[in-house]
Amino acid sequence: MAPFSRRRFLAAASALALAASVGPTHLQAAAATDAPVRGGTLSIILQPEPVTLTPVANVAQPTQVVAGNVFDGLVTYGFDLKPAPQLAESWEVAPDGLTITFHLRKGVTWHDGKPFTASDVKWSLENVWKTIHPRNKALFENVSAVETPDDHTVVLKFSKPSLPIFSVLNGVGAPILPKHLYEGTDILNNPYNNKPVGTGPFVFKEWRKGEYLVLERNPAYWDAGKPYLDKLVFRVIPDAAARAAAIEKGEVQYAPFNPVPFRDVERLAALPNLKVETRGYEWLSPVLYFDLNVENPYLKDVRVRQAIAHAVDKAALAKVVWFGYGKPAVSPIPSTLTAFHDPSVPTYPFDPKKAEALLEEAGFKRGTDGVRFALTHDFLPYGDDYRRTGEFLKQALKRVGIEVAIRAQDSGAFIKRVYADRDFDISSSYNAAFPDPQIGVVREYWSGWLGTKTPWTNGSGYRNAQVDALIERAAVEGNPQARAADFRAFQQIVQRDVPTLPLLELKFFTVHAANLKGAVEQGDQVYSSLRNAWFDGPNADAPKGN
Amino acid sequence: MARYLKRSLGQIAFVIIGIAVINFFLLRLAPGDAAQVMAGEAGSATPEYMAALRQQFGLDQPLYVQFLSYLKNVLTLNLGYSFRQGMPVSELIALRLPATLLLMGTSIAFAVSVGGTLGFLAARHAGRLADTVISSVALVFYATPVFWIGVMLVVVFSVLLDWLPVGGMASIESGLTGLGYAADVAQHLILPALTLGLFYLAIYTRLMRASMLEVYGQDFVRTARAKGVRPRRIALRHVLRNALLPIVTTLGVQLGSILGGAILVETVFAWPGLGRLAFEALFQRDLNLLLGILFCSSVVVVFVNLAVDLAYTVLDPRIELS
Repeated sequence: MAPFSRRRFLAAASALALAASVGPTHLQAAAATDAPVRGGTLSIILQPEPVTLTPVANVAQPTQVVAGNVFDGLVTYGFDLKPAPQLAESWEVAPDGLTITFHLRKGVTWHDGKPFTASDVKWSLENVWKTIHPRNKALFENVSAVETPDDHTVVLKFSKPSLPIFSVLNGVGAPILPKHLYEGTDILNNPYNNKPVGTGPFVFKEWRKGEYLVLERNPAYWDAGKPYLDKLVFRVIPDAAARAAAIEKGEVQYAPFNPVPFRDVERLAALPNLKVETRGYEWLSPVLYFDLNVENPYLKDVRVRQAIAHAVDKAALAKVVWFGYGKPAVSPIPSTLTAFHDPSVPTYPFDPKKAEALLEEAGFKRGTDGVRFALTHDFLPYGDDYRRTGEFLKQALKRVGIEVAIRAQDSGAFIKRVYADRDFDISSSYNAAFPDPQIGVVREYWSGWLGTKTPWTNGSGYRNAQVDALIERAAVEGNPQARAADFRAFQQIVQRDVPTLPLLELKFFTVHAANLKGAVEQGDQVYSSLRNAWFDGPNADAPKGN
Repeated sequence: MARYLKRSLGQIAFVIIGIAVINFFLLRLAPGDAAQVMAGEAGSATPEYMAALRQQFGLDQPLYVQFLSYLKNVLTLNLGYSFRQGMPVSELIALRLPATLLLMGTSIAFAVSVGGTLGFLAARHAGRLADTVISSVALVFYATPVFWIGVMLVVVFSVLLDWLPVGGMASIESGLTGLGYAADVAQHLILPALTLGLFYLAIYTRLMRASMLEVYGQDFVRTARAKGVRPRRIALRHVLRNALLPIVTTLGVQLGSILGGAILVETVFAWPGLGRLAFEALFQRDLNLLLGILFCSSVVVVFVNLAVDLAYTVLDPRIELS
């Protein structure tokens, strides 16, 4: 057996590391000027390794992290989630919402030197966004025609309005592929999926599977002078402790998407050479939730679901399990989506007595052993935080007389169990809401997904004709105010019925070197490019070896 | 001897095909398929996308059709195609093989030579201080979890002292060639090989010591002593050689598992070996890739077993193969 426990070892290791980092190498000369400096190689943690580098059919997180640097989109998103021009310099929406015109930037070239034109956008819309892109299919369904009056103008004609498309037009949300390399090929198996050719600030150079991936500065980038960095090196480091060590040592200077466990964050944040940042994820706005299987004989009673909602102390969950990297959720539409979020929905303050009263009312008395009934819980197999969320649920429900058995499995088994076999009682998961509820939120509630066995859709098995009607109407509503009203009505109903219990608005975090400037400047930063990033002062630790 | 080899090879072919067939059905027991895993990773998916994936992967075919095409592949030594990685399985294995062989070869060589020597010394000085020290150290390494040694070495030698890189197999984009490249890889190899080697070393030390002490107690050693052979010669010629058989057996078992690599060490040190590839393939339900790796592993195991049998006859001429 180990002479020390792992926890004690980590504590000791942290102390050692802390002592080490106060060394003189980190007291860099404060030659701080505000003008960005050209040059340098940025090492980035990429975990897990992506399957493909082109976000057309597979929009997994690591794919988008790399692709955001290779592909520019029509727009990018600010911290306020408003679109800002990128490849589209400007756009107009006709008053009836049925025509949208994009004016494209001139003089942009693909990485292979061919000019970027309106026909690339048209081809991508018709062959990717409308067909195989998993998030966009529904949003672009009502595009009836795409016209390209000249090389730098794209006109979208709609049979019905589709306002949410303005929330997905960045480089990964609506990826524009080079038509000359993709036309007439099998898109899913095109070899360029793994050696992408884009218009973005960094050019694909090399991918050594299992080791690293290199992008180089695009000297012909349309935004003259950018990017500032010469090279991006994405490193695959599967072990969390090794990731923490690489960040601490300065071998890696940028690490998005919670690269280390929460218990290490506080320690890393205290180091003078590192910075922990929670901005840059606004475009995702992830919400953690429990799906309550409404086909379960106990959970089908709305009073039982409401009792569970009252029994879970979300503030404590945020503090104890998520180390403060989460904020109690009021509604399935997170508060970051200010235009849609409705704070007046029925809420379920932590109140075990009320929970017990609701359970009594539903007719589930405590037995002689104090237990009313037993449920199982399958937690999302994405690491320790979700397991501990499950343990928190178990404790919370035990207080009100519900016994919970926690089950663990890998992601293949989890998806099959929850979404295909529907053999579960309570599951945990999170969905990115994106700036429009149409994209990430309604999929949890729309009954049209039931029976399709599609991951991360209506897990609770909820069917409500009124909710379905609101969702379907909002999808094609051309008036923004009327849409917002539909979504408010939607939130009121689903929070009364609680088939899905929203828990926390998660705050993902990025750890980066303190002297790396301009790395977090947008609401979609983590899926966008590092064209604005630069090293302030000598990057003392970086270029060594790795 | 020739007859033995001929019979063995026949058995080997039979065993390998048997293992391949069992693997095929065993792996199908894992819940969920590659399409579900990929759709799950994507964060969102459509039923059409999943159907397209299943068709591409051949998962829409009935099981017996999948099995027959797999069997045909095995018999023609074709390992199939990994749709997830977009590469033929044989190519993927070939890419990762050198890293695995280097890591395992170095650590096993280190463990056998150093461990064997320590065990030898401990046995010669049984009961004295040297023996106590060696045995205690071996016990500590044997009892310490591999990942713990690995993380500790990283913290001390990479983060604290800054002597060695945290992980990976070579410096990225260094442009090094020839000797410079070899030196660079060697630098990256030290910590993972040491981590793995220290665990194995403990095994060989303990094994060698126990095995030698057993031989020391036998009659022919007493006879040798009685006729005045010097202790050094007894140890080397009479005892060591006889004590080697269990070492060879253990070595055989270890070499057999060489392709599986050391998942923990490869993960901690981001070493691009086969163990990690197999481990990830399991979670991704990339069954073609996993079957390919398992097939290669089974081939190695049976041939190493054969080699061990042959080695016995060399070490101990009394053993005959028939």
